[in-house]
Amino acid sequence: MKLLLSCKETARLLSQGEDRKLAFGERVTLRVHLAICDGCRNVNRQFKFLRSAVRALAEADTGN
Amino acid sequence: MGARTPTSSPLRAPAEFRAQIEALRPYLLRYASLQLRDAAAAEDAVQEALVAALAGEAGFAGRANLRTWLTGILKHKIVDAIRRQARERPASELGPEADGGEFDALFDRRGHWEPMPTAWEHPEQALNQRQFLAALEACLRALPERTARAFMMREHLGLDTSEICKELEITATHCWVMLHRARMALRLCLQENWFGK
Repeated sequence: MKLLLSCKETARLLSQGEDRKLAFGERVTLRVHLAICDGCRNVNRQFKFLRSAVRALAEADTGN
Repeated sequence: MGARTPTSSPLRAPAEFRAQIEALRPYLLRYASLQLRDAAAAEDAVQEALVAALAGEAGFAGRANLRTWLTGILKHKIVDAIRRQARERPASELGPEADGGEFDALFDRRGHWEPMPTAWEHPEQALNQRQFLAALEACLRALPERTARAFMMREHLGLDTSEICKELEITATHCWVMLHRARMALRLCLQENWFGK
């Protein structure tokens, strides 16, 4: 397992973290990367935001 | 007639129950359309769900929320419809979708963001704005068909990846790849069309 992830790999893991339980090692390497990378922290928030955004779509009043 | 007297369980009058269900039809139609992207298929799924609901009224007795109960029934009908769509248009006829290299341009040679993604300002406020939701719908429509289907099964229907894999007959790995691709594309689309403006 790699100790240092690239942003590209981090983004992939962040996404998978929304869809499956990450292994302990994956969570550790993610945390290390997020601690030093603003960009990936932003992307993490944005991926999570997509979920609430899709929920909001279903609730939106469609009125024309 | 006249044999049907209310029993101990306070089942509402059929007419009233039907009216309550009908009042939820617009919500249910929207719910189904978001997943199926096909007005006729959405209508059919809602109709099937309402028929099942009326036939199974007793199943609702005592439950707190009619909309939640109906949405649960509708989800099953939507999954049936997805299965039918898949049978009518097998993946082989849909043509290839991107191979995953489509986001390479967002990174430098070492795999670091180029440029660095910036924070979105007040994203939760955007959720109350009709124009934002319209922009989001446009971004969803721009996704490749199978990618959008998998993403909405995950985030809209709230299915587990194992169920999505089973229904779409793909491996878990392929499923994660598609979901990741959808998130990357949507993030970029919202960045370009909303938050970055």
